[in-house]
Amino acid sequence: MTDAGYVIAAYGVIIGGLALYAFSLMRRLASKRDHHDEAR
Amino acid sequence: MKTRILGAVALIAVAAMVLVALFVVPADLNQGDAQRIMYPHVASAWLGYLSFGVTAAAGIGWLWKRDMRFDAVALSAAEIGVVFTAFAIWGGMMWGDPVWGVMWQWEDPRLTTTALLLALYVGYLLLRHLTDDPERRATRAAIVGIVAAVDIPIVHFSVEWWRGLHQTATIGSPDRVLNPAAPMVFVGTLLGMLAAFTLAWVYLMIRRYQLARLEVEREEAARVERLMSRHETAEVAR
Repeated sequence: MTDAGYVIAAYGVIIGGLALYAFSLMRRLASKRDHHDEAR
Repeated sequence: MKTRILGAVALIAVAAMVLVALFVVPADLNQGDAQRIMYPHVASAWLGYLSFGVTAAAGIGWLWKRDMRFDAVALSAAEIGVVFTAFAIWGGMMWGDPVWGVMWQWEDPRLTTTALLLALYVGYLLLRHLTDDPERRATRAAIVGIVAAVDIPIVHFSVEWWRGLHQTATIGSPDRVLNPAAPMVFVGTLLGMLAAFTLAWVYLMIRRYQLARLEVEREEAARVERLMSRHETAEVAR
């Protein structure tokens, strides 16, 4: 693999992972808020 | 609303710093383009330390004050710390292969103690599933979170205490703060990436804390419901 390949793999996983984690967190939060509102 | 603005600022900051790190800053003379991996790698590693430090501090807060909000902070920081530590390890592996010739070496103290740190806090998260009693869970987690934090200084100073593949600190040791072992353009980019990632960390911490509080409220409501239904069953049996 070339240096550029390693850079793409590193940034892809770190930045992509960060975005994926933030997105999944927002979905979990929205889902919990819906349940919370229903329960009320 | 303020949290949303913070999220937007963090997103712009991270995107801008990625562009700077990839396309503006020159490649290192010896390491070539692979050196660009250092920026998110170091920022992730520092946020891993910060997260687990917050978990330990919040654990002490719980043991001292018995306030469930401390437990929610500890949980949030541990989960986010695991994410950032995994990123740091991945970035290190992607940098290590072209520069060191190996992705991983178990004999290296920095690598091994970092893997241990990750394993300890994954264990911390798993431990939290062992009991439904919120107070018992918070106490057990607090003890594990505090004990596991002993590994943070071991990880950080491992490069000074033992010999290994990993280089010593570039800016993170007292004698390097004013005299960094890298050109200022690299150090400035590293600090910029660190600031952008820290903004993202603050945003994620707020959101994860909100989720943790909702989880606790829901758990408490379910517990009260269970108690009420038991009480009603007992009344009918009478």
